[in-house]
Amino acid sequence: MEIYELSVHELLEKLDKNEITKEEILSSYQNRINEKENDVQAFITITDTEAKEQFEKEKNNPSKLAGIPIAIKDNICTKGVKTTCASKMLENFVSPYNATVTEKLNEAGIISLGKLNMDEFAMGGSTEHSYVKKTKNPWNLNKVPGGSSGGSAAAVAAGMVPWALGSDTGGSIRQPASFCGIVGLKPTYGLVSRYGLVAFASSLDQIGTLTKDVKDSALLLNVIAGHDEKDTTSVNKPKEDYLQVLTNNVKGLKIGVPIEYFGEGINNEVKDSINQVIEKYRELGATVENCSLNVAEYALATYYIIACAEASSNLGRFDGIRYGYRTQNYQNLKDIYRNSRSEGFGAEVKRRIILGTYVLSSGYYDAYYKKAQQVRTLVKKEFAKNFAKYDVILTPTSSNVAFDLGSKINDPLEMYLADLCTVPVNIAGLPGISVPCGLNSEGMPIGFQLIGKPFDEAIILNAAYTYEQNTDFKTNKPQFKN
Amino acid sequence: MQVSKEEILHIAKLANLNLKEEEVETYMGHLEEILNFANVVNQAPIDGLEETIGANVAYNVFRKDEMIQSFDREELLQNAKETQEGMFKIPKVIN
Amino acid sequence: MPNFPPKPKYSAPAQPSSAGAPNTHCCPICMALPGTLPVLNEKVVEYAVRAGLATGCEIEQNSKNDRKNYFYPDLPKSYQISQFDKPLCKKGYIEIEDQKGEPKTIGLTRIHIEEDAGKLNHDEFGGGTLVDLNRAGVPLIEIVSEPDLRSSEEVDHYLKKLKSILEYIEVSDCKMQEGSFRADVNVSVRKKGETKLGTRTEMKNMNSFRSITRAIEYEIDRQIDVLEEGGIIEQETLRWDDVSGKTFSMRDKEDAQDYRYFPDPDLVAIRLSDEYIEDIKKTLPELPESRKARYRQEFALSERDASLLTASKYLSNLFEKTTAICKNAKMTANWILSDISRILNEKELEPNQIPFTQEHLAELINLIEKGTISSAIAKKVVEELFENPESPSKIIEEKGWIQISDEGAIREVVLQILQANPQSVADYKAGKERAIGFLVGQAMKQTKGKANPQMLNKMLIEEIGKQ
Repeated sequence: MEIYELSVHELLEKLDKNEITKEEILSSYQNRINEKENDVQAFITITDTEAKEQFEKEKNNPSKLAGIPIAIKDNICTKGVKTTCASKMLENFVSPYNATVTEKLNEAGIISLGKLNMDEFAMGGSTEHSYVKKTKNPWNLNKVPGGSSGGSAAAVAAGMVPWALGSDTGGSIRQPASFCGIVGLKPTYGLVSRYGLVAFASSLDQIGTLTKDVKDSALLLNVIAGHDEKDTTSVNKPKEDYLQVLTNNVKGLKIGVPIEYFGEGINNEVKDSINQVIEKYRELGATVENCSLNVAEYALATYYIIACAEASSNLGRFDGIRYGYRTQNYQNLKDIYRNSRSEGFGAEVKRRIILGTYVLSSGYYDAYYKKAQQVRTLVKKEFAKNFAKYDVILTPTSSNVAFDLGSKINDPLEMYLADLCTVPVNIAGLPGISVPCGLNSEGMPIGFQLIGKPFDEAIILNAAYTYEQNTDFKTNKPQFKN
Repeated sequence: MQVSKEEILHIAKLANLNLKEEEVETYMGHLEEILNFANVVNQAPIDGLEETIGANVAYNVFRKDEMIQSFDREELLQNAKETQEGMFKIPKVIN
Repeated sequence: MPNFPPKPKYSAPAQPSSAGAPNTHCCPICMALPGTLPVLNEKVVEYAVRAGLATGCEIEQNSKNDRKNYFYPDLPKSYQISQFDKPLCKKGYIEIEDQKGEPKTIGLTRIHIEEDAGKLNHDEFGGGTLVDLNRAGVPLIEIVSEPDLRSSEEVDHYLKKLKSILEYIEVSDCKMQEGSFRADVNVSVRKKGETKLGTRTEMKNMNSFRSITRAIEYEIDRQIDVLEEGGIIEQETLRWDDVSGKTFSMRDKEDAQDYRYFPDPDLVAIRLSDEYIEDIKKTLPELPESRKARYRQEFALSERDASLLTASKYLSNLFEKTTAICKNAKMTANWILSDISRILNEKELEPNQIPFTQEHLAELINLIEKGTISSAIAKKVVEELFENPESPSKIIEEKGWIQISDEGAIREVVLQILQANPQSVADYKAGKERAIGFLVGQAMKQTKGKANPQMLNKMLIEEIGKQ
């Protein structure tokens, strides 16, 4: 087994036994990036030199994770290294400050190998809306890696980094994780600080992890979780150790499976795969029952209203004055505003800004935004009702596997409908994890999603871990099919 | 849901975006389609429900009335296209 | 629209300031760098509630922050954090005097919190505009009154009363020149007898009470002229230019305004408990109205004197502290309202800039009472106290201003004066009582004002009687 194929906890075990060195780990991943970046196109910025410099500094850091590589989605601010959001608008933007999660990685001595591709400003589900490049799915290079954290998912799946940070507003970690056959965790809203995450939709965005297995998710969550005074929506509660909770035991765990996610829209192979997951959980001693979560459609509509409304306001700051793209074509201030924004933002971003501006504008606020906020309450109530009976809720992560590059780019609504399973989790601010559970007949990965109560990361991590330990999906490796 | 050309141009103006003729048509179509879909929120059983503002329920998170060290001005201005005398420069605004 | 003395920002922890080199009191949050988040300063909430309680407002216990979206170069996020439908305070009032001196109640619609914008400077050479964000994010409270004010004079009374209250409750130092007390004024006119208010315009950029009065009067005249010529008033924002004495339209007419207010998802809701509000209530100081009533009762001051004294927290405090020492309220009030106020006016100083202490003033009053100095000398001492605040006894000693109360010395002067002015003596005897004043004046002149005036008077009359 190559070093780049190992998960981080496996690397740590080998380091402990002196079977490998930290230098070997770093060079293994850097070589792998050199080898695979041409095919996969996961990175926007590769920080080879910076990584080596940082590695020298961290060599004697007593932290267990010192010297372990990572890569970061390019909407998380990294001081001195470009943070582009995969947009022409921020093509040359260098943040003078670090995001709180970046600081936490630094404190742990984790080495960033670079910044990862994404849909522009995290808007999209295929990473095709990147201004910079199109990332390919390592399982089949003609397919999308999912999105918006497509660079993060593809880089981990391809073994270019052992793990990565992403962000999830409506499924942007979980969906690409399922498309790329890895584990993606979106923590409870408020568990990880958003300070330094370039905002798409402030009430939905959450930073999370993309890892090769569940244990690594717990390990990385231990690093990035925690209260931050700079983010008032970050929750002040005692830190948990998420490694401790992985017991490989789900006996007595009550799992609800909402029937609404197994209707017309779902692909048969995905359905079969999820049914096998259900059987596996029963086998392992959990109780699995059908339940009803009758808000899926409302939740999706609500999501697009709220996310776009917040985005239209959050992206107002890109005005060509203090940073970011400024048009060359201007006579006056109005030209700077309109031309910089029109030339600097891509089509999908503009589409969402227009939708968001529309639903907030006078005369439409009550019909859309206000209603959406009420539906949000409804969605939370629906979940609460189910969580009175069940410990976790199980759904497919996506109703289908990764699709062909270019196949959906001109149909925004269809692209939006693909988020049906993941979006309600963000609307209610819950933790969700996507776990690989098989390959379809074309050899493309399928994932299932576990949803927990607020701050029940321990429960869903252990449920996911137990499944993973008792199945052998991990032995499948991406083939870089052309 | 019908969106008029006038309306979409008004919205674009509020958002400070220019739309080319062909973009107006595309965005109008997309906006109508998405709004038609989004209209399901009007069928949701939400009578009497409060509006949820954030994802989590929290109140009164404040900062102490204290100052911190200011940032280095050069760093704060490093990404600006045009500066002068430590300020951001823009075309003349009559005010 | 008062904001606060140099204190931390509303939502960004860098030092706030309108002074200082441009963009040196800034952090990534003030610049609205991508990824930054605001955090609400606890003081701004407390100050708004204090102001609300001091003006009889209802306090909104379930409040929140909203975003007001518009593009302007002084607004780095392209939205201002403000409050829309749930301001912290509403439905308050303030008592003022109208033009005729009659009491009048002015309603307050609401008091809300919001953040300040940056500052635009004009580049005189390059022809551009330069953006300084030092002030961006500084917290302020906005107090909105009902359309109850009927003249520039009432506006002046209202603003001065408001300023006085805000100084009392220590919510602002209310320095107009420094921008810590600002007013946007809405003006409309209507025909006599018309019950509906006319279309209003909003004026900004007045930085003194005087320019506010001028701007209102100018705008009233302008609107009447427009209407009399058959025109209509457009609802718009105007900028007052103090140099030309005119208002100018501020915003581009083609810009449609639609602020698209919505709850700020970056800031959690504000919930104020009964306890929180009670605690603030307990710390509220005595307000001008009740202080005034107390002065009338406790010190038997006239309505006018009590009103003038309590209009300024600083003058009022000086009065009380001085009276506590010298035990002569009437004289203290007189000195504060006459000479001290006159000198403040002449020197264009605010009451809080009075350099001397209550001990100094009390000592001065005692010196007058004891007859050590005359009122004339005392006036000179007060002038001196503004230049050189030290013990009045020391001042009069150094300057040689001690009053002559020695009977022999005064009688000697009196005899000299009488001898030199036989005509005045004759006039007095003939019943022209005013002549005595001339003689007193002559005696004072000779003693350089140091003669004890009561003794002088008494002795003059005595000696004339003897002749």
